Amino acid sequence: MNPLHSLFPNIDDWGELGRACVDTLLMLGGALALTVAIGLPLGVLLYLTGRGQLRTMPKLYGVASLVVNVLRSVPFIILMIVLMPVTYVLVGTKLGVRGAIPPLVIGAAPFFARLVETALREVQQGVIEAAQAMGASTWQIVRHVLLPEARAGLAAGITVTAIALVGYTAMGGAIGSGGLGDLAYRYGYLSYKSDYMVVTVVLLVVLVQLLQMIGDRIVARYKRH
Amino acid sequence: MEVREPLEYSPAPARTAVIRFLDVHKSYRVDGKDIPALQPFSLDILDGEVFGIIGHSGAGKSTLIRLINLLERPSGGRILIGDTEMTALDEPALRAQRRRIGMIFQHFNLLASQTVADNVAFPLRLAGERGQAAIRARVGELLERVGLIEHAGKYPAQLSGGQKQRVGIARALANRPEILLCDEATSALDPQTTASVLDLLAAINRELKLTIVLITHEMDVVRRICDRVAVLDAGRIVESGTVADVFLHPRHATTRRFVNEALPEEAASTRAPIVAGRVLRLTFRGATTLSPVLSRVMRESGVDFNLLAGRIDRIKELPYGQLTLTLEGANTDAALAALREAGIEIEELSR
Repeated sequence: MNPLHSLFPNIDDWGELGRACVDTLLMLGGALALTVAIGLPLGVLLYLTGRGQLRTMPKLYGVASLVVNVLRSVPFIILMIVLMPVTYVLVGTKLGVRGAIPPLVIGAAPFFARLVETALREVQQGVIEAAQAMGASTWQIVRHVLLPEARAGLAAGITVTAIALVGYTAMGGAIGSGGLGDLAYRYGYLSYKSDYMVVTVVLLVVLVQLLQMIGDRIVARYKRH
Repeated sequence: MEVREPLEYSPAPARTAVIRFLDVHKSYRVDGKDIPALQPFSLDILDGEVFGIIGHSGAGKSTLIRLINLLERPSGGRILIGDTEMTALDEPALRAQRRRIGMIFQHFNLLASQTVADNVAFPLRLAGERGQAAIRARVGELLERVGLIEHAGKYPAQLSGGQKQRVGIARALANRPEILLCDEATSALDPQTTASVLDLLAAINRELKLTIVLITHEMDVVRRICDRVAVLDAGRIVESGTVADVFLHPRHATTRRFVNEALPEEAASTRAPIVAGRVLRLTFRGATTLSPVLSRVMRESGVDFNLLAGRIDRIKELPYGQLTLTLEGANTDAALAALREAGIEIEELSR
C-alpha cells in the first residue's frame, strides 16, 4: 500500500500526477527558451532605439513600445483565448503542451523584453563610449559590451520571467493545456478533491523556489565581478 | 585668443601637425534652442607633443577632446588627423580611424565582466585579430609595460584606481595608436597615484613617440607632463602656448586662477599689503635657474633685495625659478638691466 494514499486518499493515479509535472516542466522549458529567443532581441531593439541611445529611432521605438504594452496589458487567460486561432495556425492544435506554448511565449516575451531593456540601461554609458572610441560597431557593442556587462540583470530577468511562466502554465490548465494547473482545476476545483489542490500547490511552490534559488545563484556569481 | 611666439626652450619647432581643428565649433540643441558649447576655433596639435587643455568643468574641454575621435560631431568646421579629414568619413571608415586613436577615461570604463587580460585584448578582438597566440603575446607585452603582468587574471573590481587606469592605458595602446586622448585621466586618483600615472604617460610619450592630448582641471598635471597648453574658458580658447610661457606669465584671468591654484603662496604674497620699494617678479628658466646670477648682480650693483615669495621647480624637464622680491638702492635700474642681460624675465608688480 502506498503510504501517500493514506495522506491523500482521493489521488488514485500518481502516474497522472507525474505526467502532469512533466507537462508543466515541458511547457515551462519550451516557453522560456522561446521567450528568451524572442524577448532578448526585442529588448535590445527597445534599448537601442530609445531616446539618447546608440540608434535612436523614436518612431520604431514608439511602435515596438506600444505593441509590448498592449500585449502586457491583456490578462493572460484572455490572451490565451484570443490567440486560439493563431495558436492553431502555428502548431496545429489548441490543446496540450504544444497548444500552450505560443500564447505563453506571446504573453511572456514582451514582459521579458522590458526587463532586458531595463537591464541594458544599467550598463554604464562610459563603457559604451569607450567601446565606440575603440572603433566598435553597434553590433559589436551589443554582443561584446552590453550583453556581457548586463548579464547579472539579464539572469535576474530570466528568473522573474520563468516564475511568471509557471503561473501562466497553471492558468492554461483551465482551458485544456494540461499540466499541474489542469489537475488542480479539474480534480481540485471541479471535483472537490482538495488533496489534488494541496499536492499541486506544494509542487508549484517547490518549483518556484527552485527556480528562484538557481536564478539567485547565477546572479550572485555574475555580480561578484 | 593669444598665440605666443615660440621661445628657445619650447619643443623642437617645425614639427608637423597631427591634429588640426579648422574653424571648428559645436553647439547642442536643447529644447529647440542652440546652446553653444565651443566657440569657433582653430588649433594645431603637433606630432609627438603632449598637449594639455585646461578648463573648469563646463568650459567645453570634454566636448573638445571628443571632437578628435568624433564621439562628438562638430556643428561646423573641419577636423583633420594627419591627412584624413575625420568629418568627411562614413561609419566604417570612421571606425577604422578610431582604432588609430587610443583613449583613457576619468572613470576608467573597463568591462567589469572581463579579466584584465581580456579587457586589454578587447580592442584587438574588435579590430578583427583572431590569433589567440598573437593576442596573448601582445596583451602580455602591454601588461608588462604598465606593470600589471601579475594581475592579468584579475577582474577590474579587484584592482585599485591607479591599477585600473594602467589597464585603461594598456587597452588604449593595444592597437598601436598614433594619438592618445586622456579624458581627466587622473582626476579620480590620489596625488601619489596621479604622479605615477603621469610618469607612465610621459614615458609612453617619449618611448613610443605618441602624441598625447589631455584635458584636466589641474594645473599641476599640465606642469608635469605637457609641452603646450590651451586654456579653455566658457567655450573659448583664451590663451595657448608653451606650458612655460603660459604658466610663468599668465595673461588671462582664468589662466591666472589656475596658476594661483598651483602656486598658492605666490598668489598670497602679491595680494599682501606691500612693503616699501619696487616689487618685482623675476623668472628664471633653464640654465639661469641653476647659476648664481642673482647674487652676482646684487653684489656688483650694491642693491639690496628682500625676498617676498619664491619657488624653484620644474615644468616637465625645464627647471625654473620665480622669485617675488623688492629692491632697494641707488642702482636698481642698472641691476635690472644686468639681470635682463643674463636672461632673467622681469615683471614689475608695483612701484
